[in-house]
Amino acid sequence: MKRLILALTLLLATPLYAVQPDEVLTDPVMESRARDISQGLRCLVCRNENIDESNATLAKDLRLLVRERLVAGDTNEQTVAYIVDRYGEYVLLKPTLTGANKLLWIAGPAMLIIALGIGFGFLRRRQSEPEQSDLTEDEEKRLQALLNE
Amino acid sequence: MLVELGHFALVMAFVVAIAQTVLPLWGAQTSKRALMAVGEPAALVQLVLIAFSFGALTYAFVTSDFSLKVVVANSHTLKPMLYKVSGVWGNHEGSMLLWVLILALFGAAAALFGSNLPDTLRARVLGVQGAIGLAFLAFILFTSNPFTRLEFPPMNGEDLNPLLQDPGLAFHPPFLYLGYVGLSMTFSFAVAALLEGRVDAAWGRWVRPWTLAAWIFLTIGIGLGSWWAYYELGWGGFWFWDPVENASFMPWLFAAALLHSAIVVEKREALKSWTILLAILAFGFSLIGTFLVRSGVITSVHAFANDPERGIFILMILAFFMGGALILFSLRANVMSAKGVFSMVSRESALVVNNILLAVAALVVFTGTIWPLVAEAFWARKLSVGAPFFNAAFTPFFTMLAVVLPIGAILPWKRARLGVAVKKLIPALILALAVMGLIWSMQTQKTLLAPIGLGLGTWVVAGAIQDIVLKLGQNRTLSRLFRLPRADWGRLFAHGGLGITIAGIAGLTAWTVEDIRIVQVGETFDVAGYTITLDAVERKQGPNYLTTMATMSVFEGPQKVATLHPEKRSYPVAQMPTTEAGIDNGFWRDVYLVIGDVQSNGGWAVRTYIKPLANWIWGGTLIMAFGGLLSLTDRRYRVAAGARKSAASAPKGVPAE
Repeated sequence: MKRLILALTLLLATPLYAVQPDEVLTDPVMESRARDISQGLRCLVCRNENIDESNATLAKDLRLLVRERLVAGDTNEQTVAYIVDRYGEYVLLKPTLTGANKLLWIAGPAMLIIALGIGFGFLRRRQSEPEQSDLTEDEEKRLQALLNE
Repeated sequence: MLVELGHFALVMAFVVAIAQTVLPLWGAQTSKRALMAVGEPAALVQLVLIAFSFGALTYAFVTSDFSLKVVVANSHTLKPMLYKVSGVWGNHEGSMLLWVLILALFGAAAALFGSNLPDTLRARVLGVQGAIGLAFLAFILFTSNPFTRLEFPPMNGEDLNPLLQDPGLAFHPPFLYLGYVGLSMTFSFAVAALLEGRVDAAWGRWVRPWTLAAWIFLTIGIGLGSWWAYYELGWGGFWFWDPVENASFMPWLFAAALLHSAIVVEKREALKSWTILLAILAFGFSLIGTFLVRSGVITSVHAFANDPERGIFILMILAFFMGGALILFSLRANVMSAKGVFSMVSRESALVVNNILLAVAALVVFTGTIWPLVAEAFWARKLSVGAPFFNAAFTPFFTMLAVVLPIGAILPWKRARLGVAVKKLIPALILALAVMGLIWSMQTQKTLLAPIGLGLGTWVVAGAIQDIVLKLGQNRTLSRLFRLPRADWGRLFAHGGLGITIAGIAGLTAWTVEDIRIVQVGETFDVAGYTITLDAVERKQGPNYLTTMATMSVFEGPQKVATLHPEKRSYPVAQMPTTEAGIDNGFWRDVYLVIGDVQSNGGWAVRTYIKPLANWIWGGTLIMAFGGLLSLTDRRYRVAAGARKSAASAPKGVPAE
């Protein structure tokens, strides 16, 4: 019985689930801007969750803060800058294109170009090289027999 | 008592692993048959011992033996039986035991089905497999022993994380491990071939089934995990680019690349050194995944154990196997000269492009995953790399892949003409463009995501079907359909499944409708053409939780579509709430309902999502895995398995057992 009472109190005190009805702004355009911004901000006390999906109290505070700034007339960029000023770069789920982060963003295209270059060189060599075999004649025969089975 | 025996069996397995590593490898090097022959019995004994040990731990969980530390931390007497069993691998120590159990399973399978391999190759494969087992058994015994006892056993346990108490997640880890660890076989084959100094078409044929099997398991495992996230986390997301998800996705991408390049080795004896390298990298990334999940270097939703000591141990295992294999690779690269000659436009080249796209995509995921560590170490910048980055950086690769896939799949070997191939695919192309146009004109919000995604999906599926139709020849002889090799059907399903998944992801991402509101009991509201009523909210008690269960009716026009019961559960022992969404699954859309908290005015917070094409994502995944299975049962592998006798009579053949 004790456990049941404990459980019931816990039940009533469960954390909130992501965006709550009372947080939603009446202006749908502004609300959708708030949602967009929220999805790019990390919930700092969670593990790899954005504040839009998170149940943590801090995430709720941040969601309300985002909406507050938007209502105050900030642009999306100003709102994000406001939060980054207070919580640091860590809060951004999409890393900025500043400093060393350029390496991160350029890595994909750069690796693709290098790989395509190597691949192209390989294919050109494949085109011209004569057919050759390092198997003895017997081995070649047995291989063919096995492959044809 | 049984627990002690299980512990003892684990120590014995460690000793047997030493024998399995040293003797066959030494025997293969010095051509001593007696030593080489130790491999098979050792692998089988290894399996029996570890299986016994695993059984003993399972017994401890099932009987709630709270003198064991892991059982206390992860179980409870009230927990349903399924989760008592799945609790065995729902924790760090037990999951490592499952890891080595599967490793031993693959080792034993190689010993049983490997009789058509040359003696020395088989001995080396088993030896390398033994070495991996040895490393992980040492890891378990020295840093993560599941059989650690408590001096004062408590009356009851602390329960398993409620999020893990779910049928989808009960089977997610075993499948993933079958995939991760399955890649150890391809790794063992690669290292054995390097030691052997010989890579040929036969090697390609031996290694491909193992790669396929690992890839099938990974596909199912990742699919299960994603499906679980969709229905359990309460807002219908299916992929989060979480470091741990990436840890399973990178080996999947490498395995996909590997099973394509192994075809080139098998059929054309080209791309040998690349294939060996891929085999090494694929398992390497499995180990990196293990490291990321268990070392605590990266914070993640499902990081297991945040213990630096364990992290360093795994890092050492990783460094030893990767370093060793890569050094061996660089020393032996010269023995792997390619033989097949082919032109710039050919099936071979198309598979090279496939490999480049898959491997670079995997490396992009890797870069993003470790970037927070790199940035902090070198530039002291504390930053995050999340879903927005991965979506932007990864999607182009899969888009390119989907564009070239149907063309590459119908190119002939050696020499092809691009114009001819494209001409053959004109029906698929027209269909894809028609789908794009139709969706563009139909959808209300003009986003490009849906038309492009569904168009690409159609292109890939139609291309795969066209591929089969082309096999029927000029006269469209239908009877040929029944004589096609299973590998062709496998290709149809695997590629088609990918197309369906792409379409599903695009549809779900572009068209999800969300509605958040406060609803009184008895109240009705409209969302995207559906009328929904909150009929009742009740509090009930489950076996080990309390639940707030709503009853909601969904109508489409006058017709009732479904009655759903979204729940909010609370697990008193673990002190954790979970959401159980009420989902009406459909072919075209899911209706997804979540009940939230009671509000001050007596109403309930309710979220409604309409999720178009949601099930296509996992349907496509399953079809992909089924394609892999068809390919795995292709005649050439079954024949290879049955060809032992004829091989035994050949001069340099394998002795019959």
